[in-house]
Amino acid sequence: MGMTMTQKILAAHAGLDEVKAGQLIEVNLDLVLGNDITAPVAIKEFSKIGTAGVFDKKKVALVPDHFTPNKDIKSAEQCKVLRAFAVEKEIENYFEVGQMGIEHGLIPEKGLVVAGDVVIGADSHTCTYGALGAFSTGIGSTDMAAGMATGKAWFKVPGALKFVLKGKPSGWVSGKDVILHIIGMIGVDGALYKSMEFTGDGVANLSMDDRFSMANMAIEAGGKNGIFPVDDQTVAYMNAHSEKPFKVYEADEDAAYEAVYEIDLSQLSPTVAFPHLPENTRPIEDVGEVKIDQVVIGSCTNGRIEDLRVAAKLLKGKQVAKNVRVIIFPVTQKVYLQALREGLIETFIEAGAVVSTPTCGPCLGGHMGILAKGERAVATTNRNFVGRMGHPESEVYLASPAVAAASAITGRITNPEEIQ
Amino acid sequence: MKAAGKVFKYGSNVDTDVIIPARYLNTSDPSELAKHCMEDIDASFAEVVKQGDIIVADKNFGCGSSREHAPLAIKSAGVSCVIAKTFARIFYRNAINIGLPIMECEPAVDGIEAGDQIEVDFSTGVISNRTKGETYQAEPFPAFIQKIIAAEGLVGYTRKHME
Repeated sequence: MGMTMTQKILAAHAGLDEVKAGQLIEVNLDLVLGNDITAPVAIKEFSKIGTAGVFDKKKVALVPDHFTPNKDIKSAEQCKVLRAFAVEKEIENYFEVGQMGIEHGLIPEKGLVVAGDVVIGADSHTCTYGALGAFSTGIGSTDMAAGMATGKAWFKVPGALKFVLKGKPSGWVSGKDVILHIIGMIGVDGALYKSMEFTGDGVANLSMDDRFSMANMAIEAGGKNGIFPVDDQTVAYMNAHSEKPFKVYEADEDAAYEAVYEIDLSQLSPTVAFPHLPENTRPIEDVGEVKIDQVVIGSCTNGRIEDLRVAAKLLKGKQVAKNVRVIIFPVTQKVYLQALREGLIETFIEAGAVVSTPTCGPCLGGHMGILAKGERAVATTNRNFVGRMGHPESEVYLASPAVAAASAITGRITNPEEIQ
Repeated sequence: MKAAGKVFKYGSNVDTDVIIPARYLNTSDPSELAKHCMEDIDASFAEVVKQGDIIVADKNFGCGSSREHAPLAIKSAGVSCVIAKTFARIFYRNAINIGLPIMECEPAVDGIEAGDQIEVDFSTGVISNRTKGETYQAEPFPAFIQKIIAAEGLVGYTRKHME
């Protein structure tokens, strides 16, 4: 029996010729990641292990991105712990406010992850790097501590679901719509403990930014990881961002999949996930009249340059609806600067939106755009759980940047096709 | 090792944002986190939960964020065990790693109701419902995970391993 793409990467990092689903293995890590919420806990646990330094100063990344720029004294204290640890342990990849970005935009942009790598991160959206053909998955702070100490992590080898993507997305349909459609189809635990392997001719019609957005949300279907095959676009991205050598793995033709789904990308509509689970999806045609108070465009899911270009295309020369707040946050400083140079930031501000420094802030109800009781937001983020963006009685509707921007103009959830 | 207590019962997909909302994540102090545990789906939980009580939930418990603050908040609130049909995978790892006992047992979840008094035997995986006079058998952990549990979590296991 052959191996899936994920299983091949894991086998190689465990020093084994072959692995099977369900097998417990220990793998060598290429990168261990943490942020200002998870790393302080990891640092405390690391000190209990009793080792002097981290396993490799180049292979640990610390990104203060959640409650930064520090939202209050307690958050500032947490970042101080992170900074002190980075200095003391001579961590090379510590990114201070000013150089930083939301970790899952920043890590690929800095070239710290390439195809064939194994990455763990104390943040559930670490699965984003599967877009590059790497195995990457979220873990907690204690796993991060052990990973920083030993350079290893234990895993149960996952089984896999295969998603065969065909055709080309039409109109305003993006990777975000594809992944929302998939989560709606299989549910928030549809891929529990499993890999989601994306394949098929349609992959070539998805940009790298589409793929990052899709791999990012594998966790919202319960997946251990989401992964894309490596093609010309992947190689071009890696050549532009990294000097690290990469290794291409491909699934065996006789690899076992627990289920195979075929998805015709040309048949998909812009898709919206209603409160309070990412699986509550509806095509835009079935959304009905949903008035909104806030629009959030950005995050590790959809704050990349293409996302901002799409939003700017719709907002150009338009005005944000009366009494609607629109908050746009580019994923990294580099994306922010590029958007500035392309005139996108000017478009946003002229339309009546605010543009924020990169931060996870509003996505998790941390700061920079919290909802009051009864308020509704359309967000290009990844979760719409109860209380996710603020008051437990507020609501979040997940959508693509195009739907979010169109909705900003009308003040209700809107099909971008309606905007002239 | 055994645990016994009163049951708090929840449905499917209890996510880490309701277990401990992000607005309280500017600290990692377990006693502070415990004060807000389950706040957004069960506002009185933190006040009424007693040492030893047990959470029983349907499937995909702990989905969402990787925040270890979620099992930490539950443990620090005094909960002795969480029983569910399935756990989200990061929560599962985190609970094992920090020494919060968890069990996967579908019949127990179907049989147990809120307020039942139950007893859990971690060495045998037997869950006894004293209120209803029923018993349920949970799946045993793989040997490797039992080693982590025996070392009281991953830090203990890693320390032992590195020596």
